Order: sequence, then C-alpha cells, then structure tokens
Amino acid sequence: MAVIHVERKPLTFAERTYLPQVFGGLLITLKHFFAPRVTLEYPEQRPEISPGYRGVPTLVKDPNGREKCVSCQLCEFVCPPKAIRITPGEIPADAPAAHVEKAPLEFEINMLRCIYCGLCEEVCPEEAIVLQNVYSLCGYSRDELVNNKEKLYELGGTLPDRHFKWDKKKEAAGHGNAHA
Amino acid sequence: MTEFFANLHPVILGLLKGLAVICVIFPIAGACSMAERKVSAWLQGRYGPNRVIVPWFAWIPFLGRGLQRLGVFNLLADGGKLLFKEDPLPGHVNKFYFMIAPGIAMIPAFTTVAVVPFGAYLDAAGRVVPLMLANVDVGLLAVFAIASLGIYSMILAGWASNSKYPFLGSVRASAQLISYELSLTISVLPVFLLINRPGMPATLSLVEVVQQQSGVFPSWHGLWLVFVMPVSALIFLVALFAETNRLPFDMIESEADLVGGFHTEYGSFKWSLFFVAEYSHMTVGSGVFVLLFFGGWNPLPWVPLATVVHWLGLQGWPVLVGAISIVIFLAKVLFMIFFFMWVRWTVPRFRYDQVMRIGWRGLLPLSLLNLVVYALVIALLQKAG
Repeated sequence: MAVIHVERKPLTFAERTYLPQVFGGLLITLKHFFAPRVTLEYPEQRPEISPGYRGVPTLVKDPNGREKCVSCQLCEFVCPPKAIRITPGEIPADAPAAHVEKAPLEFEINMLRCIYCGLCEEVCPEEAIVLQNVYSLCGYSRDELVNNKEKLYELGGTLPDRHFKWDKKKEAAGHGNAHA
Repeated sequence: MTEFFANLHPVILGLLKGLAVICVIFPIAGACSMAERKVSAWLQGRYGPNRVIVPWFAWIPFLGRGLQRLGVFNLLADGGKLLFKEDPLPGHVNKFYFMIAPGIAMIPAFTTVAVVPFGAYLDAAGRVVPLMLANVDVGLLAVFAIASLGIYSMILAGWASNSKYPFLGSVRASAQLISYELSLTISVLPVFLLINRPGMPATLSLVEVVQQQSGVFPSWHGLWLVFVMPVSALIFLVALFAETNRLPFDMIESEADLVGGFHTEYGSFKWSLFFVAEYSHMTVGSGVFVLLFFGGWNPLPWVPLATVVHWLGLQGWPVLVGAISIVIFLAKVLFMIFFFMWVRWTVPRFRYDQVMRIGWRGLLPLSLLNLVVYALVIALLQKAG
C-alpha cells in the first residue's frame, strides 16, 4: 500500500493566536442561534414513520373480517426470543370461515421479550402477523405487556389485500380442483 | 421617601442597600444556570427546558405559556430539587473543610459586589454620584484582592474531598488562577495610568474610570476605553475567562478527564452553592469589565448618562435616573454573561499545557508590552498636553 505523505503546514500567526478561529466559531454558533430549531417536540409532534418500519407485531384480519392466522405456529418456532405463544384451536363447522384449516384459540406475544426482529412477519405463510407503526408501548405491570389475541387484533386492524386464498381454495374444491 | 431613607442610621442603611444588592445578584446568579441551559440549547438548534409549569400560571394567557417556554419554572424546579435532595457526606472526606468550602466559595463572590458601582444619579449640582455599597479608594484593587480569595474554596474542596480527581482539579485551578491573575492585573494598569494625572490625587476607583469615558462628542474622553485600549480589553477578557473558570479555560472542572474536578464529591445544595458562586464571579467580572472598557452606565460612546438625563428632562428625578443607569449597566452585564455562555458553547476546552502556554508565553509578555507602550504614549501625551 502506498504511503501518502501529508504535508502538515505550520500554523500561521493568526492561527496561533486562536482568535480568528474563535470568532469564526462564534459566528457559526450565532447562525444556529437564529436558525429554526431542529427539535421535534415529541408528545405533540410525532415523527414520520417510514414504510417498512418494524413496530409492535400485530395480528390482522382480511377485508372480509376473517382472522388470517391459521395457527400454523411457524412464527412461534422462528421467534428468536420465544416471545410468541399460540394455542391452536378448531373452527366450528357452522362458522362462515369453516373452510379455513384452523384458527388460534389464544395468541400471546410477550412484548417484554419481543426484539422487533420481524422474523414472524417474514415467516408467516398467511401474512397474518405484521409489524406495524406502533412504536411507543408501555404498561404498569408485566401482565399488561403480554398482548393477547384480542389486543393483537385491536392493534392490527384489517390488511386490505385481495388474496382471499381460502375462498379461492374453497371455490376450486367446488369444481374438483381443476386447473382453470 | 428619599429623606426617610437618607435619615436612617448608616448601619441600617448599609444593611438595606446590601440586602437590595444581594436580592439582585443572587437571582441573577441563579437565573444564569437556567440561562446557560437555554443559551446552550439555542446555540445548538434546540429549545432547551420548556415543559415545567405551575398550574396557576397556565391560566394566564400568553404570559404563562411564554414563561413556560422560557424555562422559568424549570429554574424553580431545579432549585427545589437541589434544596430538598439528600445531601450525602462521603465517608472519606475531611468533614469540616468539606462542609465549609462551599460557604467560602460564596463569601468572596458576594463580597466583591460591595465595591463595584452599578449605577449613578445626578445630584442637585449636576454631578454624577455613583450607586455602590462602599466607595473605597482602592476600588479595583479590592475587587482583585477579594475575588482571588475564591480560589481557596476550590483548593479546600479539592483537598478535603480526599480523592484524586478533585485534588487534580484544584491543583490545576490554583496554577491557572495564579498564571492569569498576573496578566489580568497588568492589563488594567494602562487604564489607571490614563486616569491618574500628575498633580491629582491618585485613584484606583472604578467610578473615575467611568467618568473618563463620559465625555461628549468632540472629546476623545467620550470614547469607551475598549476603543482606546483594545489590547488591554482583550487580555482582560481572556484572563477573565480563565479567572472565572469558564470554557475554554475550564481546567478546574474538565468533565472529560477529571469527572467533575473539585466538586466531584459534592452533591445537592453544596454543589449548587459552588455554581452560584461561579455565576456570581461571572456577574461581578462582567460588571468590572463593563465599567473598565465599556463605559459603565453610559448608554453609548459619546452619549454619557448626563446627556440622556438632559434629553429626557429628568434633572429633578435622582431615583429615576438611578434606575435608568442601573438598567443600562445591567443590560451590558447581561450581554457579557451571554457572551461568556456563547463562547462556552462554541469553543472546546484547551489542554492544560496550552492553558499554561497561553498564560505565561502569550498573555503575560503581551500585557507587559502593552503596558510599556501605553506608559510611553500616555507620558508623551501628558507632556505635550
């Protein structure tokens, strides 16, 4: 590797008195004194959350209001800090979503363990678990910070996708799973 | 009203005046801690503390909100916290000296105020009478003598703390203060060479220095001394920064390498006393600087207080004139305090060897040269005139 010799000039007299530099610095800070403030006054002003932000993981419903999770438990397996606990459940035969394989009976994410890595979102075959833009989470007790299924759907809302995977599957089954 | 005060016993009058001055200087010193936080924030593009508010003030439109944004109530909260916080006494310290060091810091800081004139009024004959607690002949010498006692509190604090960082801080502080006191004193000598003429009683009075700067236009007496003696003013200012331990000469605290310097072991109220003392030193130092080089209570160069009084027709109102002069003087002092803070949040700290080099090899020879040059010039001028 080539050695680059940097010429180090001796300080001029003006530089050795420090004064021109000090006054230059004073001018710079004075400019900032009159410049607009850069502080974001947090509780009143909120930061803009960019798309793809990994906030609190939530569960979402599809546009028909059906819970998308089929409790395959992939997220539970992949979760590095083991924050997710799923109790799988059956869907009653008379329910409108009876054609869907399964649904979670209970779904808990312990936010004290969650590291917001987003692996659950990546691994989910149903796009049912999504890290959204909730970034400020707090509670008075440990129990409060374990999000149950109800809380997760409340946070998650509806994902406006148009896949309707299970409805198409049911329809296909209706005419013998023939390729269209 | 005026007669009632004039007929009071001198001791009571002195006590009242002293209390009045303390009532001004103490809040200024306290408010400086908040000003420091606000100025640092403004210089860095932040807002600074602006959240705390007393509920009743929130009901006042505009004013309450304005005071909140200025952080005025943060100051009260800070004071309350420092007052009521537990005051730990480390087991390894020399308890007696550890306890009295903050008090010793306060004494010279407040004593110097007594000999600094902070305003003036015109008496019936139209002469300028200074407002000050003790009009002593030694004037500036008294300020220097008392102010340099402030170092003892730091030495005591550092030594009594019985741990190495405070000790290093106080050793540095003493070396630094001694080095810069020389240049500080020598830099003001030309000023007194100028105002002491042959055949007149010698004086070191700060009032005389202001009188020197109170001429009207054609006379060069109206010119503030900063324009007559810029080098003296510069040396005095730099040495003042060092004497008040402000950045860039913050050797004594140097958070980066000495934790907190001499007050590392201190907490709560004792710690805050050190700060009030530092800010009082700053206030008095700024006051002396304004008196020496920036015309004291004269509003503008060539526009002395007497002219302003004449314009406003206030000859018969000594109290009002006094108030105006105090406001002018305080405005200059507050600007100087702002300047202290402005510099602090602009320049980084010098290294210890740089501080020593600037003091001994820069400022001291320069101030000596300055003294010799001005002595010659003044001698020639007095011979000619």
